[in-house]
Amino acid sequence: MEQKAWKPWALLAPSLSAVLFLLVIPVCFIIVYSFWLRAPTGADIPAFQFGNYQRFFADFFYPSILIRTIRVALETVALCLLMGYIPAYFFYRTESRHKSIFLILIMLPFWISFIIRTLSWINILGDTGLLNHVLLRMGIISEPLGLLYNEGAVLMGLIQYLLPFMILNVYVSLEGIDRSLVEAARSLGSTEWQAFREVVLPLSLPGVSAGCLLVFVLTAGTYLPPMILGGPGNDMIANLIFKRVIGTLDWPFGSAISVILLGILGTIVYTYNRYLGINQIFKTFQ
Amino acid sequence: MSQELQDRLDRLYEDFTSGKISRRNFIKYLGMAGAAAGLVGGPFSMLTKAQAAETIRFDGWGGTTSEAFRKHAFDPFEKVTGVKVIDGEFGDMDTYLTRVKASFPPGGEFNLAHLSGVFDYARYVGLELDTALDESKIPNLRYVMTAMMQPYKDITDGKLSAVPYDLGQTGIAYNTKYISKEKAEKLGASLLWDKELNGKLGSWGDWRTNIWYGALHTGQNPNEIKDLDAVWDALRKQRDMVKKYWASGAELMSLLANEEIYATVAWSGRVAHLQNQGEPIAFLAPDNCYSWQECIFVLKGTDLDTAHKLLDFMLAPEAAIAVAEAQQYPPSLDPTKIEMPESVKKLPAFDPTGQLKGYLFADPAYWNGHQMEWAEKWDRIKAGA
Repeated sequence: MEQKAWKPWALLAPSLSAVLFLLVIPVCFIIVYSFWLRAPTGADIPAFQFGNYQRFFADFFYPSILIRTIRVALETVALCLLMGYIPAYFFYRTESRHKSIFLILIMLPFWISFIIRTLSWINILGDTGLLNHVLLRMGIISEPLGLLYNEGAVLMGLIQYLLPFMILNVYVSLEGIDRSLVEAARSLGSTEWQAFREVVLPLSLPGVSAGCLLVFVLTAGTYLPPMILGGPGNDMIANLIFKRVIGTLDWPFGSAISVILLGILGTIVYTYNRYLGINQIFKTFQ
Repeated sequence: MSQELQDRLDRLYEDFTSGKISRRNFIKYLGMAGAAAGLVGGPFSMLTKAQAAETIRFDGWGGTTSEAFRKHAFDPFEKVTGVKVIDGEFGDMDTYLTRVKASFPPGGEFNLAHLSGVFDYARYVGLELDTALDESKIPNLRYVMTAMMQPYKDITDGKLSAVPYDLGQTGIAYNTKYISKEKAEKLGASLLWDKELNGKLGSWGDWRTNIWYGALHTGQNPNEIKDLDAVWDALRKQRDMVKKYWASGAELMSLLANEEIYATVAWSGRVAHLQNQGEPIAFLAPDNCYSWQECIFVLKGTDLDTAHKLLDFMLAPEAAIAVAEAQQYPPSLDPTKIEMPESVKKLPAFDPTGQLKGYLFADPAYWNGHQMEWAEKWDRIKAGA
């Protein structure tokens, strides 16, 4: 019996070591750094003080960027849900023999670098980009529309990055629904819409919430779409961390902002897990 | 997804669009760029360190600059000495300094770096990453402009931890299809506040450059700003007219070439590249234009014998001039001591006197002393505060 007790741990050791060395210890470093001070030369001074956290909340500037990040993340979640549920439902209902190809198409964007996908929007939305070019040639507009370097462009970049995550989560949840339940509802006299509203939609909510959580967390931590597609005033919290760590070598303050973001996202994930269970997300990737 | 990888892809795309590399090579280099990111920055750096005696690492701006160094300095150097030069790349100074600071011991795996600005030299010295070069072992140093060496010596008590290598200016690039030369010259730095260009202005995201131009617009000496509030107000006004704060040279060139913006602060060498591509972009160096000089910095812990030899190779006139022609920035060599070809004499920021009188450089003590406060303030303004 004793001989068997260590076996699971031995099998888990490589994974646990990876988590320990690549996640837990670096996060601990960041937490420790957040209490340190920065010397004028850029060197770090070991200390234990809360000045970096006080600085974050000292005026509304930094919290306002955090609020903007949460707002953009919520907008992204809402748009991804709206745009993602319909294709997921289509994949669930279709009996096409090409269904597997449709699913591969959802994964297709992941085969191309995220940076290149984001940069490609410049050629589509720019003043001399495809969209403005077509509209101008058709005579619909007389001068280019300002489609790039604003929050709309940032949202577009975020959606193209995160939509597959939403579709897959919802699709997995829909696939788990017993189709006979829908047939039963229909045989009892409900319309197609009623069957969807009363049966399919409630049963797909775990997948919807898992997709929402994933999209929200990934949006809150991203910095490339705002940097490439955003204009003045579109920075999100990850851009701020980047500037503090890279731009001013202020690692202690950058670490403090990271810890605050980590705390907020951790609270959201904890709350989600407590009421809905985080297992749904893992099902998507099984 | 690292900033470094993005910068590398930016430069690769820029070379592809400018016709410097074929579609086939573009695809090939795309793969190599990714692999190089892993090899140079990853665990293989440990291996590099282990080979320190036979190798020396040089980190530069990549793209055409690195190609020029490789062709005109590193390859001949390797042939003569047998010492291998390992090329590293960075996208900007701040990112590189972060990597150096994060290495263990700080600066450990890095040797030589193509740093920008005397203020950067001061930052490395402030972090105790400097060393003391033996000038007698770099004979070609005698060709270098004294005016470019002195600022470094002033920081390190008469010694050098770097050799000056080239110089340039951050002036104003404007599209001649939409802005006349007369108007640009009349307005000078204030062209970047012209209301007619609302929504068609760009700027670099860098705090120092924006404050410098804010000072020029408000009629102040950038190295001794008396009315800082006026500068902040000017930058707020400008922000509302700016379409994009660009983050890399490739992005700057793309914005100008695609007519997303008609005027912006710009690096002289990048404007020269655009002009060579036939774009209708002109360069304006307003009064007290932001001038800067780049150096090859030797980091603490580097094998100095090898470093001396390589630096001397790089300062040899044939190598320095070839690099200058490729990167479109004048070399640090004194034109009164070395005859320069016409191609170099035509470059923006070239000074035939070798005295650099009238060139205004950022005072390292002044700007580094305000970095924390001003960089944060600038971030706030840029974000809409």
